[in-house]
Amino acid sequence: MVPVDQYLWLSLALFTIGVIGVLTRRNVIIILMSIELILNAVNINLVAFSHMFGTVDGQVFAIFVITDAAAEAAVGLGIILAFFRNRETLLADEMDMLKW
Amino acid sequence: MNAQPFFLDHIWLIPMFPLATAAVMLFYGRRLSNNIVSWLCSGSVFVSFIFSLGAFFQIVAKPSAARVATKVLFEWIPAVPYHMLDGRLAKFVADWGFQIDPLSCVMILVVTGVGFLIHIYSTGYMAHEGGYYRFFGYLNLFMFSMLMLVLANNLLLLFVGWEGVGTCSYLLIGFYFHKKSASDAGKKAFIVNRVGDAGFLLGIFLTSALLGTIRFTEIGPALAAGGFAIGDPRITAIALLFFVGATGKSAQIPLYVWLPDAMEGPTPVSALIHAATMVTAGVYMVVRTNAIYQLSPKAMGVVALVGAVTALFAASMGVVQNDIKKVLAYSTVSQLGYMFLACGVGAFTAGIFHLMTHAFFKGLLFLAAGSVIHAVSGEQDMRKMGALSKKIPITYWTMLIAALAIAGIFPFAGFISKDLILGKAYEKDALLWAIGYFTAGMTAFYMFRLIFMTFHGTSRVDREAEHHIHESPKSMLVPLMILAALSIVGGWVSWPEIFGGNSHFINFLSTVVAVPHEARIEPLKGASSRLGEIHLMLLSEGLVVLGILFAWYLYVKRTDLPEKIAKAFGGFYRLVYNKYYVDQLYDAMFVNRAKDLGLALGAFDRNVIDGVGVNGAGWLTRFISNVSIWWDTWIVDGSVRLFAYIVWCLNIPVRMIQDGLVQSYMLLIVLGLIGFFGYYFYVAHHAIR
Amino acid sequence: MVLNSILFYFFAALAVGSAILMVTRRNVVHGAVYLITTLLATAGVFLLLQAEFLFIVQVILYVGGIMVLFIFVIMLVNLDISLLQYQFNRQRFVAAVLALALGAQIFLAIKMGQKSLFPQASVPEILPKNTEAVADALFGHFMLPFEIASILLLVAMIGAVVMAKRRV
Repeated sequence: MVPVDQYLWLSLALFTIGVIGVLTRRNVIIILMSIELILNAVNINLVAFSHMFGTVDGQVFAIFVITDAAAEAAVGLGIILAFFRNRETLLADEMDMLKW
Repeated sequence: MNAQPFFLDHIWLIPMFPLATAAVMLFYGRRLSNNIVSWLCSGSVFVSFIFSLGAFFQIVAKPSAARVATKVLFEWIPAVPYHMLDGRLAKFVADWGFQIDPLSCVMILVVTGVGFLIHIYSTGYMAHEGGYYRFFGYLNLFMFSMLMLVLANNLLLLFVGWEGVGTCSYLLIGFYFHKKSASDAGKKAFIVNRVGDAGFLLGIFLTSALLGTIRFTEIGPALAAGGFAIGDPRITAIALLFFVGATGKSAQIPLYVWLPDAMEGPTPVSALIHAATMVTAGVYMVVRTNAIYQLSPKAMGVVALVGAVTALFAASMGVVQNDIKKVLAYSTVSQLGYMFLACGVGAFTAGIFHLMTHAFFKGLLFLAAGSVIHAVSGEQDMRKMGALSKKIPITYWTMLIAALAIAGIFPFAGFISKDLILGKAYEKDALLWAIGYFTAGMTAFYMFRLIFMTFHGTSRVDREAEHHIHESPKSMLVPLMILAALSIVGGWVSWPEIFGGNSHFINFLSTVVAVPHEARIEPLKGASSRLGEIHLMLLSEGLVVLGILFAWYLYVKRTDLPEKIAKAFGGFYRLVYNKYYVDQLYDAMFVNRAKDLGLALGAFDRNVIDGVGVNGAGWLTRFISNVSIWWDTWIVDGSVRLFAYIVWCLNIPVRMIQDGLVQSYMLLIVLGLIGFFGYYFYVAHHAIR
Repeated sequence: MVLNSILFYFFAALAVGSAILMVTRRNVVHGAVYLITTLLATAGVFLLLQAEFLFIVQVILYVGGIMVLFIFVIMLVNLDISLLQYQFNRQRFVAAVLALALGAQIFLAIKMGQKSLFPQASVPEILPKNTEAVADALFGHFMLPFEIASILLLVAMIGAVVMAKRRV
């Protein structure tokens, strides 16, 4: 039996990698994918605890997280497409118009 | 005053008639024809003359002691209280009042009579001149002022008339104002007069301060009541100040310089103002205030001396002048000297008598000279005249009569009046008599020099003018003839007693003179060691005839002599010919100093007031405005900008953070998260359950 | 059981490895593929935790839906240039440090509460049917969130269409 904290370490590792990916990469698609990674890490956490307590609440929550991730990915990619059509760029460094 | 005879009651109308027509000239004159102007203006003077005659007869009708009538129109300056010199409280009152007594009667008759004749003459003389209505307007205004002067019942109103005649003299001298010499002459007359007026005014102030009154009728009683000793310095001061005014108005030394220049005006003006009337105002004033003079022998001595010396001085200048009007001008100054000599020796009535006869023959001389000038087409230089006696006979004979009168030939008017003066002068002081005597000889000489040069000898008239020589029109000749008649018989109103007359005129005027013991001119009967009156007369007649003969010799017989004499006395001749350089002396002493003061003040105004004051004010304003700009820019705006700068400074870290990059925002989120976590896990972990 | 542990460690290594690779690839398509593998590994982990429904949902939805969408968009977008550009941005070092700091903090937090994570005795090996249980919870207790999630999906659908539409 794998102790629960191992799942937590996995979740933490994925989370950290996801955060690094969000903060570090220039390509917005990679950033979006890193965000998906973070969400996945959270899902693992939730399911691990749901398993520990024997309830399904964690899993239901994870379903909702997946639903959310789907919606957000769809809209986010739509935005990226629109932005790409306008500015011909996918680099987050070049998306700095929203400033004074 | 109630129940006065008509003309006495309406004495105030006499000045008002000419004033009314002057006003008409002022407002409507431009639109009226010359004809109407002549009738209107001469007519008003004629009406004044009639009224003067009426007043004269009504005064004569009164008993001799009561020959004073007053008519007050209204109170001009109401009683203003003030302190006199000795501390008493008095009231300064000046009313618009008129006084008729024998003196003013004589004056108004002379002024309106001779004035009327000159108005008639002017209608002919000025017929072709521009500004006809203006001339007559000024002339009438002058009549008004002169009549106010002689009719005034107090010193202040007299001064009003005094100033008025001065103004009209300026206006009329400068009548041809486009000519610079004429306008300069007008200015000179007015300014020199002003100097005299200052003295006169001071005299009036001193009178009111010393005596408490300026009404003529009250001055006599005030003098008596004041208990002034003969020769009181204050009285002398008043008398001398009045005399300063008289020297200005009546052209005595040292303020005579304006009268020769005044010949720039038209000839009728010279006749009226500078021969018959205005210049006599000084004499009138001295006689009017004789009560004051009688109390100061020193002042009278000064008056007599100045008069005598002026007479001699002016006569000497008249001898060498070549302009016909200038000769007459110097002659006027000389004759005025005689009048003041008379007043100075106490013969006030003789002075007025000479004033009257002088008005006749000097007025006639000027008018006739105008007629001569008119005949030779404007030429005034006697060297360019000659042999006119046959060509303009009436002018010639009237002028000759006037010359005889002024020279003092028996029985013309001038003889009687001049002899009265010389007689009284001899009584007082032999030196004064000698000066007057010698001057009479010179008078005869230069007068007949004028006659001979103008009418006799060979004609030296210019070619073109010679063709136009013609007698003047009737309007000019009739007054000449009337005045000639007066010059003959004018003196007969006071036929000397030694010839059987009874000195009507002198007696008539005697009530005017204050101190009784000087009233009558006593004929010199039985003066043992001194010359009698008849001897004096013979002496003067002799000198006069000598003068006439000498003139005939030089200017008819041997016309080359004058030039030789002039060359022989070269320097002296030049001195006299240039009027002893008095004008130049005055220029250097006063005129140029006044101009210098003007220039200095101008420089002061330019450099100090404009430079420092105005420009300084400008500079100061600009400076202050610059300070204000600096303040506004650096302090006011600065404080605003300072706040903005502070906010901007506070803003810098915020600006550095907001770079529009999502990832950097994310980084800050993570940072915040770390802090949050740190706090809750390691500091406040009790809050976590 | 040992198989459990081996499988777990296998899926864990796969997930972490793929994740690291995904974050470091220059080529986006590669990254997407590695994400797919990460997600599949995660699905395996779910299965090990006896969450069958979630396993299927993860595979079908996440990989089959979301990742396909990602691939579509990657293909719509021209990515040749990106192969020549810098991968990492200016803040990489600071970001890495901070992210690791965050990780460390969470690590410490877990470490602190580790003692309370071992209620091993009460965990049964075989659970009742997972899908039914999830359905019960989803349509019972969590009905409202379920409906809200459906609205959310509707809104997201509309939003995505509007966003990606070509201008008419």
